[in-house]
Amino acid sequence: MSLLISLDSIAQHDPDLVGGKAYALGILLTAGRKVPMGLCVTTQAYDAYVRSAGLFERIAMELGRKDFSEMRWEEMWDVSLRIRNMFLNTPMPISLLEQLKGRIEETFGNRPVAVRSSAPGEDSLKVTFAGIHETYMNVCGVYSILEHIRLVWASLWADGALLYRQEMGLDTETSSMAVLIQEFINGETSGVVFGMNPNEDEQVVIESVYGLNQGLVDGTVEPDRWILDRPSGKILSHMAVKREQRVVPSSTGTQVEGLSPQQHNTPPLTDDEVRQVYDLVMQAQEVFGCPQDVEWTFHQGELFLLQSRAVTTPNQEGSTDNRSWYLTLRRSFGNLKNLKEKIEGELVPEMKQVAEVLSGIDMTVIGDDELGDELLKRSGIYHSWEKRYWRYFIPFAHGMRLFGQVYNDTVRPLDPFEFMDLLVISDLLSIKRNNMLERMASLVRKENRLRDALRHDEDTSWSVEFSRLIDEFIETFGDLSCGAAECSYDRDSIKSVVREMAVRPPAKSFKDTYDIEKLTEDFLSLFSGDKRSFAAEILDIARASYRLRDDDNIYLGRIRQRLITVQDEARKRLERRGVSVQGYVTAQDLAHALKNPEYVMQSIAEPEEPEGAEHIVLKARQLTGQPASRGIVSGIARVIKTGDDLLGFKAGEVLVCDALDPDMTFIVPLAIGIVERRGGMLIHGAIIAREYGLPCVTGVPDATELIQTGKQITVDGYLGIVIIA
Amino acid sequence: MDFTLRKINVKDTKKLTEQLHELFFTQPLAVLSTTGNSQPYCSLIAFAITDDLKDMIFATSRSTRKYTNIKSNARVSLLIDNRSNEVSDFHNAMAVTATGEVTEISEQEEPDCLRIYLKKHPHLEEFVMSPTSALMRVEVGKYYVVRRFQNVMVLQIRQ
Repeated sequence: MSLLISLDSIAQHDPDLVGGKAYALGILLTAGRKVPMGLCVTTQAYDAYVRSAGLFERIAMELGRKDFSEMRWEEMWDVSLRIRNMFLNTPMPISLLEQLKGRIEETFGNRPVAVRSSAPGEDSLKVTFAGIHETYMNVCGVYSILEHIRLVWASLWADGALLYRQEMGLDTETSSMAVLIQEFINGETSGVVFGMNPNEDEQVVIESVYGLNQGLVDGTVEPDRWILDRPSGKILSHMAVKREQRVVPSSTGTQVEGLSPQQHNTPPLTDDEVRQVYDLVMQAQEVFGCPQDVEWTFHQGELFLLQSRAVTTPNQEGSTDNRSWYLTLRRSFGNLKNLKEKIEGELVPEMKQVAEVLSGIDMTVIGDDELGDELLKRSGIYHSWEKRYWRYFIPFAHGMRLFGQVYNDTVRPLDPFEFMDLLVISDLLSIKRNNMLERMASLVRKENRLRDALRHDEDTSWSVEFSRLIDEFIETFGDLSCGAAECSYDRDSIKSVVREMAVRPPAKSFKDTYDIEKLTEDFLSLFSGDKRSFAAEILDIARASYRLRDDDNIYLGRIRQRLITVQDEARKRLERRGVSVQGYVTAQDLAHALKNPEYVMQSIAEPEEPEGAEHIVLKARQLTGQPASRGIVSGIARVIKTGDDLLGFKAGEVLVCDALDPDMTFIVPLAIGIVERRGGMLIHGAIIAREYGLPCVTGVPDATELIQTGKQITVDGYLGIVIIA
Repeated sequence: MDFTLRKINVKDTKKLTEQLHELFFTQPLAVLSTTGNSQPYCSLIAFAITDDLKDMIFATSRSTRKYTNIKSNARVSLLIDNRSNEVSDFHNAMAVTATGEVTEISEQEEPDCLRIYLKKHPHLEEFVMSPTSALMRVEVGKYYVVRRFQNVMVLQIRQ
């Protein structure tokens, strides 16, 4: 078995054994180019590792849990995290370890190295998937190198790879990963040269930054850019940028730091160095016989070639393919810090203000034309906030994910989602709202007269305390907006929820049972020095990310509620005119109809249900999802499809819904378990379930169709299955 | 964010029944479970199925334990699956448990059932035609379809 192959002898081996990256570098080294010295851990080592300790089978089972076509990206990320955790917790078999250790130690000693992925077959792809697999910089010592090899192996199953599984030919039976360990070059300037400008064949493009290439590749540092004439190498143009930062080695691998005043004002490359980089890409083209994209770095005046691959077309996709957008959600630490500032300092206060201004207008006193205008205006405002939600709030959710990786790398827990326990400290708006409801419920539990009055729908205004609490609730939270379900949200609906809450003892929250301060300290004590402040900062970002994942929906929900108020008024007026408004109608359509009595609305038809053989009745018996919150419970299902379902929710039922909107969370304290169609471990439903310690299964395809209200169901939050009696 | 509850089509019963036909067509054998004196007992049988999925047909010698068991308790269960005994079975394999009641096929029904049975198992003609063999029919009440390790759907058959 060839487990390790030195970079200078790679050219004689099968590219599938060493992967595309290592193979290309080996060929260039043999051809006399300056490439950092390296050792390739072949795909045979990966195969030997995963075939040991049942890892191969466990990966196959994890990937087979659910049809990929039914998975959201968030679920793929979860799958990927679980697999990564398997690699973290599965040591190399001793025999393999022994075979790798000696030679790695002999070759690199204690000098820093880069541990890079080298996936077989990557180079034959027609599109580029750069950055999907992991690369680690500045790794020191044989044991650390061996750890990072496992992490690179795990990245064969990264979320990005799962998204592009078809194009990449990802398959449990055949896919494998080689790893290239290379001497780490602490370059002063680095960059990428594109041997053929994708927009202009006769040009070469050079991008360059101060410090390591990582800053350029992950988008943290904006590069200077040169355009060169391809045949002659003549510089056609240079686009300078506002140079601010560079990536440098640090005790945690790498870090971002500010540039010196001189570097601010000086391009990273001289004209002579631009020429050297141009020569390098042309030499690489000569070796491979086709134009190349090359990564390089200058160290002490010497130009090193770090990576070379054939020019590929950028990943061009149709408008329906949003996978590349998901890949941009993997944000760096620095990027998340900036996002946090923008969201907390700017966007959230603005959202609150918008909702407040809109609530000040009385819809019932304005004319039809004006109402139509108001409808269009509000629809516009709402949709512009929805866009910002996708642009800023959704990417910020990655704060939790980044923290999860840091936690798992350090703690190596058996449950890859244990890190969520540390995030529960964040005071969610929806929990605060529920606490106010709980105060009313506890009053009702104590006062029999109040309880009887609520039970018989009688007047409760005599109870000064109860009325005060309701007023306070409405003042603080506006109303019980029901999210997806458009329910009424007057005093009566608040009372009916409180009446149900009072039937049961107060719901316990996670915080009552866990000592979060101790959990936090236990975690932070695993780090020292610089690393400890990094860990504290990333935990802070993760908590903000966790809290916002919830609160942002509530703020957005308020703006949407202002839109719904106008829509409701518009419907009422049209119905008074004798126009019936059925099904889903757009705001534009409603506005047109208000302004023009002749206008015919285009309601959207509902899809027809497929026919089956009449003598066969299909029912679900056991459905698989994700175990989003631990515990097991049996009870009567209530499937939420409309606002009435929400307000009709009875204490002790199991909540079954398509997607648990934060605006719906006021019924969660009444529920004994949660089942959700939308998948993910970090979604709102999972977060709220963990807060209340309720068993929860998410990602159950067609949950609201296959489960019916009134059915006895069991929610197994350990295995992620729902059993229907 | 989903603002309107997504309208999902009811699971396509037709698609699932097609998968069942495919499975029953490709799998010649089933495990039949009978009971005698409260003791469950499994046997491998060659089966065939009617187009409407209502009946499963198999043949047995009258001197077997399964025949004796059926005579005392007609309620049976059958297992048909397409496992390959590889790890991939956990997400690729489909297993169907059928439950129902067995009756011995009467002379009037025999030609139709025999045609269906021999179409699938022509090499068993001699065995079926032997005077000591009986042609049996299971009236299926339910099919429990297991896929992806733990996903279970039930197809109820109205006879």
